[in-house]
Amino acid sequence: MASKAIEVNNLTFSYPDTDEPVLKDINFSINHGEILGIIGPTGAGKSTLAMCVNGLVPQVINGEMEGTVKVNGSEVSGSSVAKMSEDVGFVFQEPENQLSQMTIEEEIAFGMGNLGVPRDEMLGRITDALDQVGLTGFEKRSPLALSGGQQQRLAIAAVLAMRPSIMIMDEPTSMLDPKGKNEVYDVLKNLKDYGMTGIIIDHEVERIAAYCDKVLVLHEGEVQMFAPSDEVFTNIGQLHELTLNAPQVTEFLDSYNQAFGKDVKLSTTLEESVDNFESACK
Amino acid sequence: MEPYISVKNVSHKYPNGVTAIKDINLDIHEGEVVAILGSNGSGKTTLVKHFNGLLKPTKGEITVGTMNTKKERISKLSSQVGYVFQNPNHQTFLPSVRQELAYGCKNLKMVDEDIETRVQKAIDLFQLEDRLDDNPFDLNSSQRKEVAMASIMAVSPKVIVLDEPTTGQDHKGCKRVLELVRMFKREGHIVVLITHDMHLIGELNCRTVVMNQSEKIADDHASVVFSNKGIMEEAGLQPPQITQFANQITRFDETKTYLTVESIIEWMKANKEEDVKVGTGS
Repeated sequence: MASKAIEVNNLTFSYPDTDEPVLKDINFSINHGEILGIIGPTGAGKSTLAMCVNGLVPQVINGEMEGTVKVNGSEVSGSSVAKMSEDVGFVFQEPENQLSQMTIEEEIAFGMGNLGVPRDEMLGRITDALDQVGLTGFEKRSPLALSGGQQQRLAIAAVLAMRPSIMIMDEPTSMLDPKGKNEVYDVLKNLKDYGMTGIIIDHEVERIAAYCDKVLVLHEGEVQMFAPSDEVFTNIGQLHELTLNAPQVTEFLDSYNQAFGKDVKLSTTLEESVDNFESACK
Repeated sequence: MEPYISVKNVSHKYPNGVTAIKDINLDIHEGEVVAILGSNGSGKTTLVKHFNGLLKPTKGEITVGTMNTKKERISKLSSQVGYVFQNPNHQTFLPSVRQELAYGCKNLKMVDEDIETRVQKAIDLFQLEDRLDDNPFDLNSSQRKEVAMASIMAVSPKVIVLDEPTTGQDHKGCKRVLELVRMFKREGHIVVLITHDMHLIGELNCRTVVMNQSEKIADDHASVVFSNKGIMEEAGLQPPQITQFANQITRFDETKTYLTVESIIEWMKANKEEDVKVGTGS
């Protein structure tokens, strides 16, 4: 049987000098080509979990780890973070933390240079990556002269250019306007066409519901839900208990059903919710 | 009534030749909550940085209270216009919450007794009693943001500017921001929000200014702006999902713009809409 893209078994992790593990007995797996959304309140352990997948935790950010994390069938603990970065691209929450070069094209070339990508190949990939995130024409500018939103897109382009098979994005759209947010999610969707696997951490439940195949809900270091997006977001009672919310359309259909004793089928996307509600009203 | 902030024919051209805002006119009165919307790079932040004198108009004039911003010191303006940055790390640097709360007041050379009263008020309003000895950097991002807001509140400026207050906040954090904006208003402050968060504006149901390519293209109530398709498209904005949903439902009052889930449910209850023939769903 082909290996899973990511397989996490009995993962527990504690930061040094803390009483309680930040991740507790995490189990989940995703297939190649799937997009996983991770949601949960602040402090749930989402970023730590993501960093376990490329080995940053515990190899660079130390702590005590139990259990296993496998990427494309190999144990992450068996290879260095440098080796892992060929397979797993990581876009951090704060773009400033991963920008280091004088110009935008150098910024994108930086990661590829570390992987030893030939120069001609690099030039093509820079053009592609800038095009994907809508920064064409910015090649010679300084990364520091960009707005927060543009920096966020540059960080994504730099990772895309490395052509990892798995892409992890930690709140990559927090500073973007609505159009920019859609563009990032479209990039995520495009990954599927290349057979790439994606993980996105975000609070934007409406976009997660529309774009992700599966959703993992983390709360105080434990997996509370792990299922196809529809299943997670229609379980409104449990989401509310975890101080989370569903997309507004799902919240509406649920409130409507409760207020008027109806049972219109819940949906997590705009179009389907309109259809369900309209046909129930006929 | 005289406006508290009066922006007259203001343009700002940066030294590099880029005109970031063009011929802006805007009056903001006591007691108002004003959201400023627009895509990345549309001029929102440039406009608002004129309110506390961080930027001076290269054309036109701005009056804040009785002060002409061109002629006043930033220190005097900032006692009347408090700015809460998007990233609380950019304005947090002292080792305890207590010191952080007093910093703004000390900087403005207030007398100790006065500072104590003001800090105590901020502590009470934000319920920070138990956190006074914590290092702000040991707090999570929502809590750190609250400390930043509380320290601005302690100075008690007439105007409180919140730059992207819900960015990176979980659902609970977003609800808290909503409560805080309402509290600022109750306490007699003018609140100016720079935001991409359509849900927040929907919930606040406030005056909404839309910036696009350096110009002000709309200034009206959120429900009016959100229902103006031309403006929304021009500015690359989308109304909240629930507004988009309601616009497509044939039985809803099409002369109304619904901004929240609750407002639709209330409208249906008031209009006995549940009596409309509604099927049992699918």
